[in-house]
Amino acid sequence: MPVITYREALNQALREEMQRDDSVFLIGEEVGEYNGAYKVSQGLLHEFGEWRVRDAPIAELSFGGLGVGAAMAGLRPIVEFMTWNFALLAIDEVVNGAAKMYSMSGGQFNVPVVFRGPGGTALQLGAQHSQSPEPWYSYVPGLKVVSPATARDAKGLLKSAIRDDDPVVFIESEIMYNLVKDDVPDGEYLTPIGRADVKRAGSDVTVITYAKMLHQVLAAAERLEADDGISAEVVDLRTVRPIDVNAVVASVRKTNRAVVAEEGWPACNIGAQVVDDIQREAFDYLDAPVARVSGLDAPMPYARNLEKLVVPDADQVIAAVRHVCGRRGQS
Amino acid sequence: MTDFLGLSAEECTQLLRQMMVSRRFEEKAAEAYQTGKIGGFCHLYTGQEAVAVGSITPLREDDYIVTHYRDHAQAIVRGITPGAVMAELYGRVDGCSGGMGGSMHMFDKSLRFMGGHGIVGSHLPLAIGVGYSIRYREGDQAVLVVFGDSVVNIGAFHESMNMAARWRLPVIFLLENNKYGMGTEVSRVTSVRDLTKRGLAHDRLTTVSVDGMDVLAVRQVMDEALDRARTDKTPSFIEARCFRYMGHSMADPAHGTYRTKEEVESWRADDPILQFRARLVEAGRLTDEQYEDLDREAIAEAEASADFADASPVPDAGAIYRHIYSGPYPDSMTRRDGWREVV
Repeated sequence: MPVITYREALNQALREEMQRDDSVFLIGEEVGEYNGAYKVSQGLLHEFGEWRVRDAPIAELSFGGLGVGAAMAGLRPIVEFMTWNFALLAIDEVVNGAAKMYSMSGGQFNVPVVFRGPGGTALQLGAQHSQSPEPWYSYVPGLKVVSPATARDAKGLLKSAIRDDDPVVFIESEIMYNLVKDDVPDGEYLTPIGRADVKRAGSDVTVITYAKMLHQVLAAAERLEADDGISAEVVDLRTVRPIDVNAVVASVRKTNRAVVAEEGWPACNIGAQVVDDIQREAFDYLDAPVARVSGLDAPMPYARNLEKLVVPDADQVIAAVRHVCGRRGQS
Repeated sequence: MTDFLGLSAEECTQLLRQMMVSRRFEEKAAEAYQTGKIGGFCHLYTGQEAVAVGSITPLREDDYIVTHYRDHAQAIVRGITPGAVMAELYGRVDGCSGGMGGSMHMFDKSLRFMGGHGIVGSHLPLAIGVGYSIRYREGDQAVLVVFGDSVVNIGAFHESMNMAARWRLPVIFLLENNKYGMGTEVSRVTSVRDLTKRGLAHDRLTTVSVDGMDVLAVRQVMDEALDRARTDKTPSFIEARCFRYMGHSMADPAHGTYRTKEEVESWRADDPILQFRARLVEAGRLTDEQYEDLDREAIAEAEASADFADASPVPDAGAIYRHIYSGPYPDSMTRRDGWREVV
């Protein structure tokens, strides 16, 4: 299997789906002539032409809504937001439009649109460009929210998202575009939306995570094994709406301990929901309260030293795991 | 317009009849609202009938409509039965949105009636998306998007017109200027008196203003806009100057703090139904007896719509989750509120 980057995986997914289905088109800022602000759409304008790879004005609200309207008329639009920070301007079209159309039309107009782009923190991008939008969208019935952490999952999930008959919010990462590389199968494959993946098997504790934080969690798991002899099972949610509660619960019932780790703010985040799912469906199996690791509850500071304090890393995961396993931290 | 745009007497009678049915339907809706049969927000179209009839009747079956929340009459003129619209207002299964939409969210996919949208200005981007799909498939259909005067101050208005004009999308932007955004006269919050100025910022966008109380005048500018949309693929911006007789919604007064009774009366003197009737009678195309017959039929149709709605069942609890996703609603989500055992 070839090793490719997260970016190349997304590019392959876009190209394959556009070749397969004439109704798929891409619209967003810089997606065409510039080949994408982060080069995810490299080469697509040349291959498919301007009606299928459309450079948009800087007007997220309306090109986001354009995607919803085109989907209602039977196309399969992919709306690229240069980052999810800018997508806040379009949240009305995503929430009041895409998510509710099928229900409020009594099942007449489903909306097969994908909204995609990078979210989360990068490096010193400051307050307005560093945030995790998953909880905002995961709150909304009618949406599916996907945030893959590997190239393999990115490709398989984006292809599934494009073929999905409902609106999918697909959240990538500036950092992962280049830095994440892994084995991607040759040829066609689909990764199902709504299915978690055990990225590392273990027996002492379950760490539930998604997106970029997965890589911190996997690093933490290696160190815990080596330093503490703790065997951590790592569950990558991959989809945060709907959460694969069955997979989470099955793992926690096996390990009897759980930590939920994510990059975003702590209040009302994905982990908060997962903790509820665990206490509701696995309470009697727990040997300790579930611990949560998240970013600090603050707008992202620019200063490099402060940003490092705000964004959680493997050290916090290790501390949380030791805590739920009844071990004292080594300081 | 003595030639009635080349329309036959029968066609003119149909235009009049559609306005009358819309009027009587809204009167019945008001009555049903007052007796508690209809809940929520209920925005009536009374007074603006010439705009819906003049703009929707020239459309082809394969054209599209995207509209705002004052949508009952537009739905009926497009061909949704008054019964299905009234049943929607009643929240019943035979409503055109299965009782899931309500007054503001009328839909009918078979008629390409794409809603009924409740966030002011939010549906203009949807309309350019439909327009984009037409160009994408190299079709010659058009999209009619209808909105009120408040929308000229919303970002989506400018963004959508910009894209429609730049990419030659066959979208007809129809502004129903009834002078008031809820209780605020548009000039109090708008930097231009002449709202058509807001269309002058775009190349390839044809802007025109028309008397929205005159059904044939509206129809004529729509014919021209449709021709541009089909042949040149260029968008149009039509301002139809009109007036709503009722309050913004059933919860609001017809006049009072923001407009006078005299103003409402002065517009009523220019009533779209009565002026068209007079013109038809004057031209010998309609008799008073025929008008009375039409009115009796319109009243009967409105009454029948209410009877139909009354007889229609309420939705079962399963409807709550039925159309949130195209596939099954994930069991892991419904388990979270499973203790209620609603469904």
